[in-house]
Amino acid sequence: MSEPILSVRGLSKSFGALKASDDISLDLKPGEIHALIGPNGAGKSTLIQQIAGGLAPDSGTVHFAGQDVTTAPVHERARLGLARTFQISALAMQFTVLENVVLGLVGQSGAAFRFFRPVMKDAGLLAKAQDALARVGLQDHARTKTAELSHGQRRQLEVAVALTLSPKAFLMDEPMAGLGAEGSKAMTAFLRNLKVDAPILLVEHDMDAVFALADRISVLVYGKIIATGSVAEIRANPEVRAAYLGDEEDA
Amino acid sequence: MLRETHLNGLLLCALLIVPLGALAMDAPFIITLATKVTILALAGVGLNLALGQGGLVSFGHAIFFGLGGYSMGILASHAQSFTPLMELPFVIQGTNVMPVIWIVAIVVSCLAALLVGILSLRTSGVYFIMVTLAFGQMFYYFAISWPAYGGEDGLVIYVRNQFPGINTLVPIQFFGLCFAVLCAVLFFVSKLNKSAFGLALTGAHYNTARAQTVGINVTRVRLVAFVISAGITGLAGALFADLNRFVSPTMFSWHTSGQIIIFVILGGVARLYGPIAGAAVYIILEHNLGAFSDYWQIYLGLMLLFVVLFAQGGLIGGLSRREVDHE
Repeated sequence: MSEPILSVRGLSKSFGALKASDDISLDLKPGEIHALIGPNGAGKSTLIQQIAGGLAPDSGTVHFAGQDVTTAPVHERARLGLARTFQISALAMQFTVLENVVLGLVGQSGAAFRFFRPVMKDAGLLAKAQDALARVGLQDHARTKTAELSHGQRRQLEVAVALTLSPKAFLMDEPMAGLGAEGSKAMTAFLRNLKVDAPILLVEHDMDAVFALADRISVLVYGKIIATGSVAEIRANPEVRAAYLGDEEDA
Repeated sequence: MLRETHLNGLLLCALLIVPLGALAMDAPFIITLATKVTILALAGVGLNLALGQGGLVSFGHAIFFGLGGYSMGILASHAQSFTPLMELPFVIQGTNVMPVIWIVAIVVSCLAALLVGILSLRTSGVYFIMVTLAFGQMFYYFAISWPAYGGEDGLVIYVRNQFPGINTLVPIQFFGLCFAVLCAVLFFVSKLNKSAFGLALTGAHYNTARAQTVGINVTRVRLVAFVISAGITGLAGALFADLNRFVSPTMFSWHTSGQIIIFVILGGVARLYGPIAGAAVYIILEHNLGAFSDYWQIYLGLMLLFVVLFAQGGLIGGLSRREVDHE
């Protein structure tokens, strides 16, 4: 049994009387896609935020890459190799595609305090940036302004930027959102290959994609994980069907 | 349309040719005006690094302009009265040597910016504007109520400070010196903008969450930018005090902060040469309209409104094509 790369233990977070995270524990192991599903308002975004470092939990711990990162800020977790993609593309829209990828490399390599060397002429960085773009199929759009990319291309660029972080784990918040059937299919195929690079904690609404991709699924309802298991186990779990999939759905 | 680099070149040439023409026509007053434009543009270039590149709308850059001015005033006043600045624990004499004054002005401004920055960068947006404004007012009232260096009346320096090999009392020579400083700073800032640091700073401005998510310590990048920005504006303050041979608390007032912001917005936010255009237009308006009416700023206000509403790239953006940020 391999050690989990990301390990969440007893995480709790309340907003007033609302328990957004209620004693959550979950693991992400090398080579797997672990999907996190749950109805709207179940606390998925709050959980992702706490794992990424944007929100401090009330109690519990987050361990990543062998370190306790419970109190580490976002940028430190990123430097450790926690690569996050956003539900709503968070890119520097005024930058070119290439600049966005180079920005990732700058952050990852800790080069942000190099003051004089022209960064967009750094052959080493540019080669790595082109590699990342080629992997997601955006190599021909390097000089395009990010704002001019289609929605699907922005999702691809998000992944390319994540690739620059020498990721030890991906944290993906609805990568299929708004992609349409074709795009969704392509992204599913892409993610299946990507998990060889690093395991993926995947928050996704697209059930077809989740059932096609996930090695394990955790179901979050009202801030609590009510079940964790393989696709077959989750499909068969009566509690999950009642809470989330709906009783009428034929498993 | 012009390319931005060509427009920048034209702008710099114009700034050089006008005082040379004035010299030929024996109009020293015009040379002084051009020197004023050069120095105020320098202050704007400093602010533009924080405001334009970094998105940090500082309403407190008068702090650094004033500190630069008072660095000059205090050092020079001790030099002209032959009294040491302090005797314990060791003797520090005043000086009238510009390079020394400049270094002191830059160091003092940077240290102040470090302090102000650490406290105010915990906030953002409107709160950042207000916190920097509040710090500015603190410095302003401190300068007014500190009698040792003139208090409300300010400090008069009778002879302009010296620069090795130059007679700074000759207007065109002092202009040349200021122009050279401006060019050096423009070169430095253009390097900075194209570096990894510049990319990180702009990236954090465009999308803070993105910059953090790729591992950039956004607060630290902003703090460093704020400190460098303050150092440049402080240097401009020292030169401005030398131009007038006079320092007063007005340099610390929020009007001064507002003025520097106007240079940046009028010329074009995040355009390296924008503050030159902004300061030039400001001084030209002040000089020509000021003769007709004390209320000439009404016209400045109208212009500013026009720029904000219809031409957000400012004069530079309106007249030239935008080039790729970091290449």
